[in-house]
Amino acid sequence: MKPKTRRLYVVLLALLALGTAAALVLNAFEDNLVFFYSPTDLKAKNVPPGQAIRIGGLVEEGSLVKDGLNSHFKITDGAQTVAVAYTGNLPDLFREGQGIVTFGRLDAGGTFQAEEVLAKHDENYMPPEVADALKAAGQWMPERK
Amino acid sequence: MAEFFDMGGYAAYIWPAYGIAAGVIACLFIWSWRGLKKAEQAEAALGKRPRRRSARVERA
Amino acid sequence: MHRFANPARFLRLSRAIQPWILAVTVPCLLAGLYLGLVESPIDYQQKDTVRIMYVHVPAAWMAMFGYSSLAIASAIGLIWKHPLADLAGKAAAPIGAGFTIIALATGSLWGKPTWGTWWVWDARLTSVVVLLFLYLGYMALWNAFEQPQRAARAASILALVGIVNLPIIKFSVDWWNTLHQPASISRIGTPAIDPAMLRPLLLMGVAYLGLFLLLLLLRMRVELAERRVMALQLARSRDGEPS
Repeated sequence: MKPKTRRLYVVLLALLALGTAAALVLNAFEDNLVFFYSPTDLKAKNVPPGQAIRIGGLVEEGSLVKDGLNSHFKITDGAQTVAVAYTGNLPDLFREGQGIVTFGRLDAGGTFQAEEVLAKHDENYMPPEVADALKAAGQWMPERK
Repeated sequence: MAEFFDMGGYAAYIWPAYGIAAGVIACLFIWSWRGLKKAEQAEAALGKRPRRRSARVERA
Repeated sequence: MHRFANPARFLRLSRAIQPWILAVTVPCLLAGLYLGLVESPIDYQQKDTVRIMYVHVPAAWMAMFGYSSLAIASAIGLIWKHPLADLAGKAAAPIGAGFTIIALATGSLWGKPTWGTWWVWDARLTSVVVLLFLYLGYMALWNAFEQPQRAARAASILALVGIVNLPIIKFSVDWWNTLHQPASISRIGTPAIDPAMLRPLLLMGVAYLGLFLLLLLLRMRVELAERRVMALQLARSRDGEPS
């Protein structure tokens, strides 16, 4: 075998080994790489009250109650719903039906006491007129997350 | 015009973003261009001697 | 492949294609900036902040493209001992790092008004920071060795190891829950980006690619000139040795 052919095989084999190792590691660390849990994950994992976590989902339509800086709303992933309480300014993009990610802890009563609320924007970009037209025509795709 | 620079109230985010992009690219060009000039000058300064040396070798 | 190893031939080639790249880049950049800042509509959710996309997304593309080029050059350098490939990798690294910094900084400026935070450690943002460190590590390794051949080998191995990060960056938004939204461009079917916004985005993408290539050719000329200076210095010091 010529040296350069041998080097080619060495590099290819090393890359294959590296790729496999990376895939295994990423698979093993799956849970730690997740930035937030959905309300369904939250129920399934039985997260104890007081543990700091992030949850993400859509703000349920009609659930937002604002009283000055205090706001209460529910976030949902379609299957499960979590009640959230937050004190502070909500981000510009926050609205009902919007995807959000919030950091905080569950209290004893099962309400999520949020310390931080971030708006997640979707991958659709369009002018307001187009969005309105899509909504009017009933072609609006609900956000996925 | 003022409306354009205001960017719907988001001027504080949009203009710095464009500025950083332009600044980093400009810095890369200037740094590389200076490096080229410097290397070419060094090459010109060094270049004379080896030629003289080869001439000397030929004579010898 | 070694036909292109001749530096003189490379320099001739690069001088010949440079004006063509410039001729594409400048109009695309001007049109992209005009469409992006003036002509394009605001987003239904993000209002004017969507304009940051036109400088942010192409920078992220170039950060990935730069690393792919770096890895390919490293593989060619390692396997076929192609000297120009090593130099191409060395020349591409600071440019790729520059575009990565642009992507991170503009992304942060986009995140504050839309997400409500400058920074989060989600899988996408974290993997892009790792990309920046791979670029910096590659450059550090080039400087850590006296002998260019050894430096090239060490840096190339790091570049190849770092390849695993590229699919992680690309698919992080699909594999894990992230704050960062999924890709819009590669989605098939329903238009994720309105044509009026897609046009400036693609124009800026072409302009960034042109700028990347112009910088790459320029930096390769710098690297070649520095290598000639090194060779001359070596010849001179040998000349000066008492024999």
